[in-house]
Amino acid sequence: MSVLHGLLQNNNLKITTAGVPLLADALSDQLVPLSRVDWRPAVSGSQDALNRVMADGRRDGANSLALARMLAAGALLVDIRQAKDALGLGPRTFLHAGPPMIWERASGPMRGALLGGAIFEGISSDAESAEKILSSGGIDWEPCHHRDAVGPMAGVVTPSMWMFELLDPTTGNRSWCSLNEGLGKVLRYGAYSGEVIDRLHWMTEVLGPLLKLAVKRRYESPAGPIDVQAILAQMIQMGDEGHNRNRAGTLMFLRDLLPDLIESGAANSDVATSVRFMGGNDHFFLNLVMPACKLQAMAARDIPGSTVVTVMARNGTDFGVQVSGTGDTWYTGPAQTPVGLFLGSYTEKDANPDIGDSAITETAGVGGFAMAAAPAIVRFIGGTVPDALAATRRMYEITIGENVSRGIPVLEFRGSPTGIDVTRVIRTGILPQINTGMAGRIAGVGQVGAGLVNPPMECFEGAIQGLAQAAPPVG
Amino acid sequence: MAELHIEVRPGAYRDSVSLLEVSRAVASSPGVEDAIVAMGTPLNVDLMRELGFKLDQPSPNDLIIAIRAIDEEAIVNALASMAAEFVAIDQRARSASGDGQIAPPRSVGRAHDADLALISVPGTGAFAEAVDALEAGQSVMLFSDNVPIWQEIVLKELASSHDLIVMGPDCGTAVIGGIGLGFANVVKPGPIGIVAASGTGAQQVLALLDLAGVGITHCIGVGGRDLSKEVSARSTMSALAALAEDPDTKTIVLISKPPAAEVAELVRSRTASISKPVVLALLGEGSPDLTKATEDILKTIDVDPPHWPSWGEVSSLRATGKYLRGLYSGGTICDEAMVIAANLLGPIYSNIPLRPEWRHDPFTESNEHTFIDFGDDAMTVGRAHPMIDSTLRIERLRKEMADPSCGVIIMDVVLGYGADSDPAPALASAISDANILGRKTPVIISLIGSSGDPQGLNRQAELLSRVGAFVTVSNAIAVKLAISLIQMNEAS
Repeated sequence: MSVLHGLLQNNNLKITTAGVPLLADALSDQLVPLSRVDWRPAVSGSQDALNRVMADGRRDGANSLALARMLAAGALLVDIRQAKDALGLGPRTFLHAGPPMIWERASGPMRGALLGGAIFEGISSDAESAEKILSSGGIDWEPCHHRDAVGPMAGVVTPSMWMFELLDPTTGNRSWCSLNEGLGKVLRYGAYSGEVIDRLHWMTEVLGPLLKLAVKRRYESPAGPIDVQAILAQMIQMGDEGHNRNRAGTLMFLRDLLPDLIESGAANSDVATSVRFMGGNDHFFLNLVMPACKLQAMAARDIPGSTVVTVMARNGTDFGVQVSGTGDTWYTGPAQTPVGLFLGSYTEKDANPDIGDSAITETAGVGGFAMAAAPAIVRFIGGTVPDALAATRRMYEITIGENVSRGIPVLEFRGSPTGIDVTRVIRTGILPQINTGMAGRIAGVGQVGAGLVNPPMECFEGAIQGLAQAAPPVG
Repeated sequence: MAELHIEVRPGAYRDSVSLLEVSRAVASSPGVEDAIVAMGTPLNVDLMRELGFKLDQPSPNDLIIAIRAIDEEAIVNALASMAAEFVAIDQRARSASGDGQIAPPRSVGRAHDADLALISVPGTGAFAEAVDALEAGQSVMLFSDNVPIWQEIVLKELASSHDLIVMGPDCGTAVIGGIGLGFANVVKPGPIGIVAASGTGAQQVLALLDLAGVGITHCIGVGGRDLSKEVSARSTMSALAALAEDPDTKTIVLISKPPAAEVAELVRSRTASISKPVVLALLGEGSPDLTKATEDILKTIDVDPPHWPSWGEVSSLRATGKYLRGLYSGGTICDEAMVIAANLLGPIYSNIPLRPEWRHDPFTESNEHTFIDFGDDAMTVGRAHPMIDSTLRIERLRKEMADPSCGVIIMDVVLGYGADSDPAPALASAISDANILGRKTPVIISLIGSSGDPQGLNRQAELLSRVGAFVTVSNAIAVKLAISLIQMNEAS
């Protein structure tokens, strides 16, 4: 190749233009193949920080490395353990979704889930006494992400809960997530009535131990541990996007585990009840997708100069993000209320602002980012099929690469957009698209709907300032 | 004896259907006997072993390429068709809309497969866009101005490390392979390659070469600051190297203001190592004007300079006052005119003064000999460039024609892509309005345009000369004529 990549010898020059339309028109007049950029100014107030980060010579290489690591991360289901053993949770330590928060700022569903957790663990006998303990510092809590775990919605994890344990064989990293309780009145949506607590006890006494036996058998069999990442790749081609639709994933998981469940030696009735429970809950596999995505995001952590987002999480009050180049610093802003469809007679007045660690799926390039793969649910979250295609296409604008192992059929198997780049969010003003469930605003209500939501721009404005401070000086 | 090619690419995942398509393309390449391109699953590896390919058990995440062909050339060809098939699959995916609606890209780096980005966004946003283009493998023409010098240096260093070039910032004119970028004249293919640190300077040379019947290979803009000490000719060096290697370029021309001393040395030593003639067309005091420089270029290819065309009668022109007024849209040719005029008339007041003490606020009335560059950054804030929108300049023309101290007016009219699609009528009507009111101040026009420019060189010249303006294609000739009219007025 000659100098300047053969620019002067290229008889078929392809040009892209950004800015004054007149200059692009002049090229069109000359019949030059042209791609016109729909350029907009960067997010107001962030331009100087953006320029400093763009000038950071480490950024491009660091982001390529982050992407390569995200794509190389695997996720094997290696065990199921109780949180007290897997995460070393003391008897009065809980985990929750999103960035750190204090009781006074906790939202209704978060309070409800913490109350339910205290009742479930036998710390309190009713909501009133639980609230006294929680509001007076009698229980410690911290984000799931601080222990490499993830929790959907309120994401409350208590010491007795069983956790899926996933291993990334490439890095040796491990991540954890609780077992999914189903839909409707459930702890993760802030419900804590008797039926919720009873279900949690059944999951602790029956479902958890049974799954542990089956997972162990499967792990030790010639087939080896269940490859969650492989199921994730397949489900994207079967109409799931891995956040609000996990139907194909749940069925594939059951298919893989069923022989070991049957041969586990457990009572037939327990196996049947468990299979019925898992098969009847299309979201059961979400709690495996999330830690698999967490492992991908963890692989991209702590790369100096990288502007790739490694955490997006919400606690019902604040939305928080973390970025590879600035380690475990949280950049937060007010959580937004999702827009979508409501169950029964609920309305948007009943909906709590955005909550849950499940935006880790979008962080890893599925969920809202793979919306084009899941036309079946676009109406459920209040959209149309063209909206879904446009959403995924828009996410290519703010991501550094594509995951070809997650090809989206309708886009000719183009890989799902992966690795959110803070600089691209700030430059284009395009916010990550998140698919989500909606929790009731009041503690104890449960799920009220599902829809679409974005992080607040404040998270990315904070992140670009943090990255600018971490960048080498210029000029 | 057949040739075998076995290659393992770790972690290069492709789905099995794509790989079947690729395998088929490789197998149908001439001279190929067997070909499998597949992921390293046990099943695929067994298949390869059955076909006689020896390989250790790879990981299922490794891409395996196994080809048997009659000779090495067939292998090379097969690998090329494999690469082409992968590219075709990727392109199909990127252009897939699913529903036929594709929104335009939101950043230059997301315009896939582009070779060159033409960026003209406001200065504060230009840097990020240009970095993005370079990282995506695109060279950049940066039309935007108000880009800080540290950003220019970062951009040009980044370009060098990717073997790309940044033309600009504040680069108004370039022609690459016949394609006019920014303000550019329509030119014929020919032997001259130009490196230009000045947009309108380049346009004057392009237009005169064209009128002499000579075409160009490329005109590479580098931005007005490229030959400063700080930027150190980074883009000029890349452009010189590219033109030195370009087989169609026979003579290289560098158009620039005089470079900083250490940069001049750098450029000199680079040009000395080029085996083609290199003509330096330097602008400023003591240097030949652009018309003379163009004539020097023509000599290197044994072409006699023509008689530069003009329209109108010189004999009828009489200065109506003591002072010369220049109303320019192009900064470099304004500068060229001021250098010539200052030499013969003394101080020239301007918003882009030759000396600091000659600085003049362009929004106030003219003072003695006054030249205004309407394209200066301070005058284009919030409005289009005067080559596109001549409202301000025409308003000033009317004022000058009514000013009894104004003896002669000189203006440029720049044609070509990007410029006003029909500049002469508005200008001509302003002149005839003044004439009707009894103002006969001579208007001399430097018409910077080639014979192929879309506005029509002859038509523009005739519309202007019909109302009494004198039109010439050489800015140097125009200003010399204007000066002589002022001098004749003084003498009489």
